[in-house]
Amino acid sequence: MSKNHKRDAESGPLEEFVTVIIADQLFGLPINRVSDVFMLTDMTVVPLSIPEIAGVLNLRGRIVTAIDMRQRLGLPPRDSDETAMAVGIEMNRENFGLVIDRIGDVLHLPINDFDANPVNLDPRWKSVAQSIFMLESELLVILDVDRVLDLGDREAAA
Amino acid sequence: MDDLLQEFLTETVESLDVVDVELVKFEQDPNNAEILANIFRLVHTIKGTCGFLGLPRLGALAHAAETLMGKYRDGSPVTGDGVSLILQTIDRLKEILEVLEEAQSEPVGSDDDLINLLDAMSLGEQAAASVPEAVPAMETPADSNAVMGEMAGDDGPLNIVVRDLKPGEVTLEDLERAFNEAPGPDDMGPPPLPDMDFSTDNEAVPQEAVAQAEMAEPVPVPSKETPAVAPEAERRAKDDRRQEERRAEPKKAPVNQTIRVSVETLEQLMTMVSELVLTRNQLLEMVRKHDDSEFKGPLQRLSNVTAELQEGVMKTRMQPIGNAWQKLPRIVRDLSLSLDKKIDLEMIGAETELDRQVLEVIKDPLTHMVRNSADHGLEANSDRAMLGKPEIGKITLSAYHEGGQIIIKIVDDGRGLDAEKIRAKVLSSELATEDELDRMSEGQIQKFIFHPGFSTAKEVTAVSGRGVGMDVVRTNIELIGGTVDLISVVGKGTTFIIKIPLTLAIVSALIVEVSGQRFAVPQLSVVELVRAHGEAGHRIEMINDAPVLRLRNELLPLIYLNKQLGLEPSPEYKDAKGGKEFVIITQVGSQTFGIVVDFVFHTEEIVVKPMSNMLRDISMFSGNTILGDGSVIMIIDPNGIAQSVAADSGVQAAVERQAAVVQASVREDLTTLLVFSAGSDEPKAVPLSLVTRLEEIDNSKIERINGRDLVQYRGKLMPLVYLDDYDPASRGDKPRQPVLVFTDDDHSMGLVVDKIIDIVEDRLVIEIQSDIPGVLGSAVIREKATELIDVAHYLPKAFDDWLDRKDRPNGGNMQKNLNLLLVDDSSFFRNMLAPLLGSAGYHVTLAASGEEALSLKERGINFDLIVSDIEMPGMNGIEFAEKLKFDPDWGDTPIIALSSHAEPDIIEKSKEAGFHEYVGKFDREGLVETLREVRVGMEEAS
Repeated sequence: MSKNHKRDAESGPLEEFVTVIIADQLFGLPINRVSDVFMLTDMTVVPLSIPEIAGVLNLRGRIVTAIDMRQRLGLPPRDSDETAMAVGIEMNRENFGLVIDRIGDVLHLPINDFDANPVNLDPRWKSVAQSIFMLESELLVILDVDRVLDLGDREAAA
Repeated sequence: MDDLLQEFLTETVESLDVVDVELVKFEQDPNNAEILANIFRLVHTIKGTCGFLGLPRLGALAHAAETLMGKYRDGSPVTGDGVSLILQTIDRLKEILEVLEEAQSEPVGSDDDLINLLDAMSLGEQAAASVPEAVPAMETPADSNAVMGEMAGDDGPLNIVVRDLKPGEVTLEDLERAFNEAPGPDDMGPPPLPDMDFSTDNEAVPQEAVAQAEMAEPVPVPSKETPAVAPEAERRAKDDRRQEERRAEPKKAPVNQTIRVSVETLEQLMTMVSELVLTRNQLLEMVRKHDDSEFKGPLQRLSNVTAELQEGVMKTRMQPIGNAWQKLPRIVRDLSLSLDKKIDLEMIGAETELDRQVLEVIKDPLTHMVRNSADHGLEANSDRAMLGKPEIGKITLSAYHEGGQIIIKIVDDGRGLDAEKIRAKVLSSELATEDELDRMSEGQIQKFIFHPGFSTAKEVTAVSGRGVGMDVVRTNIELIGGTVDLISVVGKGTTFIIKIPLTLAIVSALIVEVSGQRFAVPQLSVVELVRAHGEAGHRIEMINDAPVLRLRNELLPLIYLNKQLGLEPSPEYKDAKGGKEFVIITQVGSQTFGIVVDFVFHTEEIVVKPMSNMLRDISMFSGNTILGDGSVIMIIDPNGIAQSVAADSGVQAAVERQAAVVQASVREDLTTLLVFSAGSDEPKAVPLSLVTRLEEIDNSKIERINGRDLVQYRGKLMPLVYLDDYDPASRGDKPRQPVLVFTDDDHSMGLVVDKIIDIVEDRLVIEIQSDIPGVLGSAVIREKATELIDVAHYLPKAFDDWLDRKDRPNGGNMQKNLNLLLVDDSSFFRNMLAPLLGSAGYHVTLAASGEEALSLKERGINFDLIVSDIEMPGMNGIEFAEKLKFDPDWGDTPIIALSSHAEPDIIEKSKEAGFHEYVGKFDREGLVETLREVRVGMEEAS
């Protein structure tokens, strides 16, 4: 809470973001929404589920529903042998895991400097991207966690 | 304030429920001072709290009810009207509480109607309470110190005034209104003052209050003060209230030491414990790999503690089923009044515990069913008297644990379900065709009451028949994996049997595999497991691409789980014809079907976890769970599968029709036959009921002594016999020999056969009688001409003394053979039983019908014993027996009934008709034994 009120002299309030890499694109997730980061092992595929749901797994006694972020973003499936990672998110007392390729750094970013989504962004991305931040080397897509997890809507739209 | 009000609501609603129950008890046992004291205390607490929170309507009502109860406590006679009135008051209280919960304030309205009645009743009671009582009542303060203290204590001056004005308590209303209006004149209804007063006071009060309360203790109860001193009195009232609470506390403590914990906290605990169990399992697994780990000891302790903890947490979820029954005595009482029937409700096993989730679900169905029993099930008292039943109808509710389930029975001794009426109703509402109904048993027809859109109530009464039918009851019960069944005998009553799982949180499940993935199938819906393979036995067949399984006499539709789940068949998975697969026979409601899976592993107690919201729309799964090895698997929902079966295609209907036909034929005289071959190629058969065991005997073990083949069998020598046209040499060099073992008492005989072909259930019609000894005749079984072997012919071959056995009637002391008449329309049975009875020493005369038997009587022939079949065309056994009952010649002859239907009502009827004993048709030993007993009885009588 206090973080949000902490004022940087020049660029306004800072917010912390966990960055993740999905298909070489950098994404940012608000750190207060991320509960943990874990390796994706022993996942059970759920028959008849929508393709975005990668499966379910047991994370310390809790059943976590894993969302395949590549599917969610309409990207091709991963071909690496490396164990995928997931970012744990809690919503409505349920546990979800966003399946990503790799985890990046935690960044402090001034929220006043965020840019709106460009108009030509893929509608699927647009529906989950909150804003864009221009890092020196690349662009960071800030994800809206609630919208990422709102799979019903996407289906209706599609 | 909100919290406080919430707590008040919960507590008060609970108290009122208790009062409900207690009052009904009290009505029946008006002298029980303990019950009354309990009720009084509860109502008093409610009243007190109402005053405290500023709820005048509730307070006034409770007060009026309390006054009447006070009269009862003082010895006034308890009347039904009085109790009814109090119960009504409690209902009103509940109504107000409901509104209060939603609106956070009392609804506007008047309860003068009830209060006036209550007051009038109190006055009346007082008058009735006779003179000696009246005097102390007038000077109430002396009446009972404690009570007075309490009474005066909480409502403050109001009560006191009332006491003073006795017996003119009617003025209470006016006074109260005046009092309420005094502090806040422009406020309507509820007084704002106590409210505000309280909230400002709230934080500061506790210590102060205690102190004051202590001080207040010796102070005499304030009395005879005018309401004008309201603020002061109110303050004191509050103090007294605290005091009262403190006083009430120790009274309660030893009875019920509980605290309130939110369900959420418990659920969370449950989750944590599940997690702990899992972690423990993982640790155990790790330590198991190292034989001499130093962790072993502590881990064992951890393991035990965890198990106990799990059990403990599970217990917190358990509640006695009595909680769901709590309202029933009241409901039945009210019903009994409105229907003008006297009803006795007995509840057994109220302490039986089950999961609170389950409890919630069955509460309403149970209430509904009890209501039904009272309304439809039981006859009016006068009718009962005419029928010779006890005037008061009885409903018995019982619950007990059995094999991980809870069995709840609702039994009434009413009129029972009239199958004819149900039939007519089924026809008129087109739930089934006449043809279909003809094929159903009475029991099946009765079960139509669970059918949606069915209600037997002739008219809609205030009590039931309001559209919530037994189908809803069934749906609710099935929803939690339970079943409901009924047994009803016209004129005797109806029994409903509900079986429900103990808990929804932990279920026993079958772990299966399909397409390389594991799933859990709740065991409750599993009827049996069948291994289907290509050869004889269970085989998967196709009807127009719809897979079906023949299981005994039913044709079951099959569902391939992998197809339902959209999974690719695993490589080792063979096609339907050649592969071996496991079929899980599953029953959902009335629907039975088989789920085909690749493997079945074992059963496991699984903790059911709800599916994620994102996956909840998949109807095939009811939840998911974490297995002991830590992996997550889906729990199959048989209901979901059943729906998809029903929706699958018209094939289902065809299958159902066929199944119905098969079933219908089952009810005809079916005989289970063992088909085998021996000697010649043509199949031979014996009724399976005659065969004790099927054995395979090592050929090398067969010994030949005195020209007989013997084999050591269960510590004895068993003779082997061969069919007459059988050449033992044809046995060849087979190492093992199949043998049918027939046992009679301690004699066993082995009938040597070549091969056991099948066991079939079929309608047995002997088409060609046989003159060959040892063969009864030929019949068509499985579309093949089959010889029926007369076992009785072979018995003497095995034992020369088979005919000299102890069960011969003249086994020493009786020299003459008894004459026995055997009446049976089936030549098969006549042929089978005659030699048997003959070998038991009776001189048997046969008759093919009752008429034929009577003609023997006309001819003046007498018998010592008669054995008669019940089901016969023309004159049946019952009619036959009735004809003989008062006959001068045959009236004294013992007559024994023979029937393949062992239904209680038939046994009952046969006894009424004059049969002495009743024996199942295939129970040979029973028949011989019964005959001997009857004979002994005859000897003793003579």
